[in-house]
Amino acid sequence: MKQLMTGNEAIARGAWEAGVHVVAAYPGTPSTEITENAAKYEEIYAEWAPNEKVAMEVGIGAAIGGGRAMVCMKHVGVNVAMDPLMTVAFSGINGGLVLVSADDPGMHSSQNEQDNRKLGEFAKIPVLEPSNSQECLDFAKIAFTISETFDTPVMLRLTTRVAHSQSLVEKGEREAKEPKPYEKNPQKYVMVPANARPRHVEAEARLEKLEAYAETSPLNVEEINDTSMGIIASGIVYEYVKEAVPNASVFKLGISNPLPRQRLKDFAAKVDKVYVIEELDPIIEDKCRAMGLDITGKEIFSRCGEIFPETIADRLLGKKQEIPYNYPNSLPMRPPVLCAGCPHRGTFHALKRVKANVIGDIGCYTLGCMPPLQSVDTTICMGAGIGMTIGMEKVRGKEFAKKTVSVIGDSTFIHSGITGLVDMVYNKAIGTCVILDNRITAMTGHQQNPLTGLTVKGEPTKAINLEALVHGAGIERVTVVDPFDVDRMVEVLKEEMAAEEPSVIIARRPCELLLKETRPSLYIEADRCLKCKRCLKIGCPAIENTGDVPIIHADQCVGCGLCLNICPHGVIRKEGE
Amino acid sequence: MSEVKNILIAGVGGQGTILAARILSRLLISKGYDIKVSEIHGMSQRGGSVITQVRFGEKVHSPIIAPGTADYILAFEKLEAVRALPYLKKGGHAIINEMEINPMPVTMGAAEYPSDLEQYLNSIDADISLFPAYAMAQAAGNPKCLNMVLLGAWAKAFGLDEKECLDVIRDNIPAKFLEVNEKGFRKGYEAVQ
Repeated sequence: MKQLMTGNEAIARGAWEAGVHVVAAYPGTPSTEITENAAKYEEIYAEWAPNEKVAMEVGIGAAIGGGRAMVCMKHVGVNVAMDPLMTVAFSGINGGLVLVSADDPGMHSSQNEQDNRKLGEFAKIPVLEPSNSQECLDFAKIAFTISETFDTPVMLRLTTRVAHSQSLVEKGEREAKEPKPYEKNPQKYVMVPANARPRHVEAEARLEKLEAYAETSPLNVEEINDTSMGIIASGIVYEYVKEAVPNASVFKLGISNPLPRQRLKDFAAKVDKVYVIEELDPIIEDKCRAMGLDITGKEIFSRCGEIFPETIADRLLGKKQEIPYNYPNSLPMRPPVLCAGCPHRGTFHALKRVKANVIGDIGCYTLGCMPPLQSVDTTICMGAGIGMTIGMEKVRGKEFAKKTVSVIGDSTFIHSGITGLVDMVYNKAIGTCVILDNRITAMTGHQQNPLTGLTVKGEPTKAINLEALVHGAGIERVTVVDPFDVDRMVEVLKEEMAAEEPSVIIARRPCELLLKETRPSLYIEADRCLKCKRCLKIGCPAIENTGDVPIIHADQCVGCGLCLNICPHGVIRKEGE
Repeated sequence: MSEVKNILIAGVGGQGTILAARILSRLLISKGYDIKVSEIHGMSQRGGSVITQVRFGEKVHSPIIAPGTADYILAFEKLEAVRALPYLKKGGHAIINEMEINPMPVTMGAAEYPSDLEQYLNSIDADISLFPAYAMAQAAGNPKCLNMVLLGAWAKAFGLDEKECLDVIRDNIPAKFLEVNEKGFRKGYEAVQ
């Protein structure tokens, strides 16, 4: 019987059916659940790597070692993994290597919306784009065959709508694969210039063979219907086209790099007007133009954000959908917030009290930018904050550095914060770095990491000692503080920011969502409250500003006690006391 | 059966919309429909607005619902219901928990929770079922079965057989939570005509 699966679950299933040996990844929306699901199959070795570059290297090692390997990451994660990818694309592999790139058009949960099909093209590797969960499973299997047949890594490119949508899937059986033999072959795998030059020639020749394959591959499908309009599309946009213009002729590209140029030319000749519809960059479109096809594309579809079925119906058919019910006034937004009980709240409140410039990073704590905390000045990418404070210090001087703090999560620090810290020590910066150690990778839904002592499969392992790691990088001033002890946090921040040497403050308290026990909720003694509203400054979703005495809502309060710690008049009490 | 039906589920992160969509999907699969479900999760987990979209019929292509085309809206909260209303098609049916949950700008005192939402809902020509689903869930024994109350109301409105639905729920809910969920479903089923 068919089963409802997300694209991510189906990718994991497809990898398992293809006999994959190794899955390595760093969590990142919308890719995380691929690895979480792969880890459930006992035949698969799965791991959370400290970052995407290491995940890619684990995958490359597994593949050159003869096994089948899949590495999974979000679009910006591929940037981190590009260094090994660009060169393994020259050397080629042994067992199959599939890179899943989960892109996020519309930026549902990302800092940019780069189009990674371009990175696939840049690396000279084939790019496969499934449109639904069944194709996620099927394409994952075919990707391994293509990888081994053509001796190349393959990019399986998803978008959020494919990764997170569920549709019905027919499962198959696992084909167990013995790893191929490992053979020493330095001419192929030692990429010194003399060896790499012929491998580049090989990579170009491989692209030609792949194009010949794309010409005959069943992944590229021509559907001739009404010939007044022909649409070239891939991925989720294919499904939108079928929805919006069901009678149009369509060329569905399952392989978007390299393109089956002859088949596209033949398709264009059969229809009166050709459209290329693709989200983000005009990648297929530019190539179609380069081969002389007369097409319409980005003149009528944006390069920014997602494309929706109704947009296609509007641009191609002039069909406008009536919106019958629209409340006439503006509605208050409901933005995501730091959870009640979130340990980051204490740190950000303290940072606001010391009026620090806060150079932020990627994680739940990016939400510290929201009112009323509003304590994050910058967020660029994973691990960026520490290096950025060094640059700021070098341009604005030591006094500025004494007012500036970098803030980074535990998992993000392991991912790419360590090297920034090393730079701070080596190049004599005096910055202060706060590591928000909540004992988990929280933003992406609670994944284990090298500091937690558990693997992706839940097996106990050695937990890296964060203090020792920081000391080892050359930081002598290391202080561990409970972020809910706000006065102490303020005191330590002042001390460390003033110090003319680099320092690290570890703000350690587990993510509230990890706690199993329940604590009594808190309340405000209305007759003793002086309405100073200090408790409202922490932005706790459980505390309501009524204009009079604030109210703590018992159904939302988790009894963390942060408001109790900062109330200057001692009027916040525990229920039942 | 050839026509594709659209159900949009709207609520606040943490309210149980995802489980509602899961049970709803199982119900529809048991009826032999093709189905697609779209869920965006990520930052929306942290108390933000959440939307799940369910589409079913003989053959479904797009997993997402276009504005103005939802046959049903299942709303777990009143403000989120009104926010999702542009998705409802003319004469569509919105099944709404009348509860209010303040969003952060309101909690902080930077915005007001609109006081005329009920009046607005009653003024339009859509089919509106605004009812105390949260109170019913509490009465069933656990406010967390709010999703079952709303699902029950939808099942009745769509014309599904109560017993068949309860069979699917039984197959998908752990035994120790079953009784309260069944109760919640029945209360919702009885609440809507």
